Amino acid sequence: MITFQKIIIITGHYGCGKTNLAVNLALHLADGGEQVTIMDLDIVNPYFRTNDCRELFEERGIELIAANFASTNLDVPSLPGSVASKIRMGDGTIILDVGGDDAGAVALGQYAALIEEKGYEMLYVYNPFRFLTAEPKETAESLRSIEAASRLKATALVNNANLGPLTTPEVVERGLTFGKQLTEVTGLPVKFTACVKGNEIQNNGTDIFPMELYLKPVE
Amino acid sequence: MSQQYMMKGNEALAEAALRAGCRYFFGYPITPQTELSAYMSKRMPKIGGTFLQAESEIAAINMVLGASSVGARVMTSSSSPGISLKTEGISYIAGSDLPCLIVNVQRGGPGLGGIQPSQADYFQATKAPGHGDLHIMVFAPASIQEIVDMVGRAFDKADQYRVPAMLLADGALGQMMEPIAFPDESEEKKLPEKPWAATGTKGSRKPNIINSLYLNPNKLEDSVRERFERYEKIKENEVLYEEVMTDDADLVLIAYGITSRICKTAVNMARAEGIKLGLLRPITLWPFPEKAIAKIADHAKAFMSVEMSMGQMVDDVRLAVNGKCPVRFFGRTGGVIPTPDEILQAAKDVLASVGGDK
Repeated sequence: MITFQKIIIITGHYGCGKTNLAVNLALHLADGGEQVTIMDLDIVNPYFRTNDCRELFEERGIELIAANFASTNLDVPSLPGSVASKIRMGDGTIILDVGGDDAGAVALGQYAALIEEKGYEMLYVYNPFRFLTAEPKETAESLRSIEAASRLKATALVNNANLGPLTTPEVVERGLTFGKQLTEVTGLPVKFTACVKGNEIQNNGTDIFPMELYLKPVE
Repeated sequence: MSQQYMMKGNEALAEAALRAGCRYFFGYPITPQTELSAYMSKRMPKIGGTFLQAESEIAAINMVLGASSVGARVMTSSSSPGISLKTEGISYIAGSDLPCLIVNVQRGGPGLGGIQPSQADYFQATKAPGHGDLHIMVFAPASIQEIVDMVGRAFDKADQYRVPAMLLADGALGQMMEPIAFPDESEEKKLPEKPWAATGTKGSRKPNIINSLYLNPNKLEDSVRERFERYEKIKENEVLYEEVMTDDADLVLIAYGITSRICKTAVNMARAEGIKLGLLRPITLWPFPEKAIAKIADHAKAFMSVEMSMGQMVDDVRLAVNGKCPVRFFGRTGGVIPTPDEILQAAKDVLASVGGDK
């Protein structure tokens, strides 16, 4: 049983799987009876956004607060005022899906003081099969730059090792080995392993969070 | 097998260009292509290359002209409106017989259009990438792995024929992520000699002059004719395409890039229902696989061009089929991606309307 704080911030390297995790986490908590708000704070990525799952959230009673022009034809990175007011009111669980890298984390920085006051956990999602964060040192640099840009501290790591459709339990397993090295460099524990259903590994001292794949390539 | 990684199309394109020996990138940011420039800005300084964010697309393409003149392996990238700005420069580069790579990660148009994926720049890429009598080679990848494998080829072919090459992708390919592997490279890539480059004579030869201006009309005509002889060689030797179950197909879909993937799904769905659907995927759009299509037209009942546009490549399909059977069209535009279901339904409608045996 994985337990969560009331404010869950999901950060990580560009393309490490943050959004798919955020969507799954929102659905999981809502199905457990929790009142959930998911916030799409991504000001970097034009496609494959939390906002794309809008209908799914409606069906499951999850409130979505998204960047004003998310999934439209306009590339204007502005966030609605309801982000701050919702965090301030603080009812239920809030999941903040932040854009990748330090560039995406900048959007989070403006809420740093408020979030700190309320208490939070900030998860850093990693995928060692992502080009340019395939070394623990590179990944640690990415984490530190996100902390600097957001003015918040990561509290734990999430193993999201995957090779898309080529993912196997071995691939997920390698994420744990990588996680140990990353823990040594950053001092942060691996909170859990997220993997698309069918790739679960067992008996490895990690909690497994099984996911559906909601953001997929076009075919 | 080589190490596999997850990469976005835009990143894979940039990394493949670096591995192909490209050390000069000039560009200007635009969605949905920006990750490519961002990647170059991070990596180029680390490997001794040059990344320069120009003041405009027009400046960037003319920097490409300059770098190519002195023999550098050079590229630029943009998305639809940005490519329109570059067209004057592309014409000058073609008229100066210079190789380079131009990447277009297409988005919706016309005008400012939108940032969602599109294939509405087919005419621009294959018919009028600039003013004057000219062609450029146009490569259309359909997966991130194919991007990785194609970028080096595009550079090499541009050098071989001294023509600009374009890699025509779209927002979906640029943004989506797939597992890829880079080919093993045990030794440094050796780039071809460029004896024509304006690298300085050191007093040992006549100067090389890079130019697209000819004072004498007959001389200009001669230079254009010589270039068109090279174009004929390209048409003869460089056509690439993929065929999926075309041998017994009643209806053959023609689709390139991202749309071809959705068509493949539609073909498999149709076959499961006993409908003989096939697919020809042009990998080079110029030169266009006209002979392969003409050959299929001898036995197929009809063709349907599927594009994320209002119908552009369909004209080339009609020219290739040359009246042997009906050529229809299905498309979505404005940034809308067609679904396999609607393609299959459109295919069934075409088959119902053409009917009968060939």
